[in-house]
Amino acid sequence: MANMTKNRPLSPHLQIYRFTPTMAMSIVHRITGGALYAGTVLVAAWLIAAASGEEAFSWVNWFFGSFVGQIILFGYTWAIFHHMLGGLRHIMWDLGYGFEKHFSTKLANASLVASIGLTVLVWAVVLIVR
Amino acid sequence: MDMRTPLGKVRGLGSAKSGTEHFWKVRTTSIALVPLLLFYVVFLIMHAGKPYAEVVSALSNPFVATINALTIIASIVHMKLGMEEIIQDYIHTEVMKLALLMLNSFFSLLVGGLCLFAALKIAFAG
Ligand code: HEM
Repeated sequence: MANMTKNRPLSPHLQIYRFTPTMAMSIVHRITGGALYAGTVLVAAWLIAAASGEEAFSWVNWFFGSFVGQIILFGYTWAIFHHMLGGLRHIMWDLGYGFEKHFSTKLANASLVASIGLTVLVWAVVLIVR
Repeated sequence: MDMRTPLGKVRGLGSAKSGTEHFWKVRTTSIALVPLLLFYVVFLIMHAGKPYAEVVSALSNPFVATINALTIIASIVHMKLGMEEIIQDYIHTEVMKLALLMLNSFFSLLVGGLCLFAALKIAFAG
């Protein structure tokens, strides 16, 4: 009986398939999801520090305003945009649209380009306005 | 051939016993998060590094405070569910899986609770 569960045939995994843009974007969707999980902790630290008083806040806020902090925030912005566009593609597929091979490849590439474009755009606008 | 009993069909809960609830909550929260995060991320990078008084006064604006609380709730629910999916995919030993699922729940609830309290505290008491 033991072998029945141990030796079950498994479906082929990543290293078997030819690498494609849709596949890369699928993996990146999961990675950005995980990264945003960690990012939530950073945002939480900022919020909780703001509620705790000026001294606690100055520490966290100094980090956010520092060069490293700004780079992390830039990456966080990109992760949000990339994951958001990936999520919207999921919703499209859930509704039954967009399965055609060439279209989904184009959309995968477009969402990568759009995520970078939106990140740069938002940062440019914010840096000009603030 | 349909092997399901009429009762099972009506309940529609399948072998996971929770039907499409998990799937549906991930989709609902992700739709809610689109407008919420568009606002939130701009607010965040506008204010990161700004002086304490300015940040607290911005966060205590009733509109910002409401968006803040809603974004916290939707994000925490969504990230907890998403992480459950990742754990279920990669962790195959039962004890480890249960432990991580529980840890994920506790951690999400803790972070969510702290953030909500912080948001409301700033909104009501500055
Ligand atoms: C506009 C915002 C967002 C949208 C539209 C969105 C959409 C989605 C969707 C549709 C999925 C399911 C993917 C699948 O079935 O494979 C997902 C997974 C996930 N999301 Fe989000 N999400 C958003 C924001 C966030 C945020 C803010 C976090 C974290 C704090 C997050 C964390 C995750 C995680 C951890 C997963 C699991 C990844 C996986 O299963 O591969 N998401 N998201």
